[in-house]
Amino acid sequence: MIRIVPLVLLAILGGCATPEERDPRDPYEGFNRGVYRFNDTVDDYVAAPVARTYRKAVHSELRGRVSNFFANIQDIMIGANNFLQGKFEDGVNDWARFAFNSTFGLLGIHDVASEWGLEKHNEDFGQTFGRWGAPPGPYLILPFLGSSTVRDTAGTALDWTFAPLTEVRPIDLRNTLYGLYLVNTRADLLDASQLLQEAALDRYVFQRDAYLQRRRSLIYDGSPPREKLE
Amino acid sequence: MRTLLNILLLAVATTFSAAAQDLAPDALVKNVTLEVVDLITKDKEIKAGSRAKLIQVIEAKVLPHFNFGAMTALAMGQSWGKANAEQKKQLIEEFKTLLVRTYASALAAYSEQKFDFRPLRAKPTDTDVTVNVRVLQPGAQAVTIDYSMEKTANGWKVYDVMVGGVSLVANYRTEFANTVRNSGVDGLIRDLKKKNQEKK
Repeated sequence: MIRIVPLVLLAILGGCATPEERDPRDPYEGFNRGVYRFNDTVDDYVAAPVARTYRKAVHSELRGRVSNFFANIQDIMIGANNFLQGKFEDGVNDWARFAFNSTFGLLGIHDVASEWGLEKHNEDFGQTFGRWGAPPGPYLILPFLGSSTVRDTAGTALDWTFAPLTEVRPIDLRNTLYGLYLVNTRADLLDASQLLQEAALDRYVFQRDAYLQRRRSLIYDGSPPREKLE
Repeated sequence: MRTLLNILLLAVATTFSAAAQDLAPDALVKNVTLEVVDLITKDKEIKAGSRAKLIQVIEAKVLPHFNFGAMTALAMGQSWGKANAEQKKQLIEEFKTLLVRTYASALAAYSEQKFDFRPLRAKPTDTDVTVNVRVLQPGAQAVTIDYSMEKTANGWKVYDVMVGGVSLVANYRTEFANTVRNSGVDGLIRDLKKKNQEKK
């Protein structure tokens, strides 16, 4: 592993040709593009092929159950983040979802709460910081994880620290769950990444702008102050 | 008698076109969405994976309700003024092709998700509205689709689509601006053409 690190750094730095005009939201574009290429290579050779095999081998019904299982666990911290943002009704909703789905939904594999009108939300620490007024800071591409910002990187670190999955023991079971989570998540994104490939002239720019727009929208729960296109 | 028939026909024709034009924007979105979803879930060729047929359906049912001129101008931003009439025509055509292809791929991934058509929050006198639709899926937050629509002489036309808070038009802005800065309007047309000729 230690030997790989300098190689990775070299690959990243090699991609540090700085473009002439810098986007103010993305001052480290040269560096980011290097990491982007590295992630792309990992994805092309490992993540995407594994996800495609998984998607072929496992029936969509079962994959849906797997997604539901992980989504259910995440509702705990989604609720906590809603409380931190002062959205108490939403927080209660999320914890009620967890309670119903964990029991009536058989450990979360059935999303019965949605059918009963308890909506699924999307929250994390990055959004909470945004809600508290923290600006996104420079755009960053994280190795293996992809698009982020300085604010969202701090958020992601906390998301991981508090992720219930990290508490799972024995370690073998925890690692198996991690693996399943990663593969299943990548499989869920296969259509989206295909779409990105087709829609974008410059995938890096397209993905960056979509990420920044998306995060802004999430912080305001879907209704950000409108930026008028002129 | 002949004249009377003509007048009658004219009256019927104008009534019908008036009906299409008067359709409220949210009703229009709902009708078109349900019609297209119904078509693609029933059509044998599309279910067998025919992209050509899928694009045919989009061109016949969806395209008439989009204002691609406005979309292209918005995506180009300040660069729009640098393009001459012929370049504008080509830009609109190529951007339209790109969006239709992308839309076709998005539709091909459709798997019986349900729609929640939100009531329109606008005054009857408004000429620029946003129609909200939510796509519901178990185990995940609903995906919102917001259609920005403008009233024209030919009925309501879409000039931007926001998916999950991401504006399609805004998302092309940086890409288009970068390309125009580096290789001019012709460079952008060339890049779009090249993109559209890539094999699916």
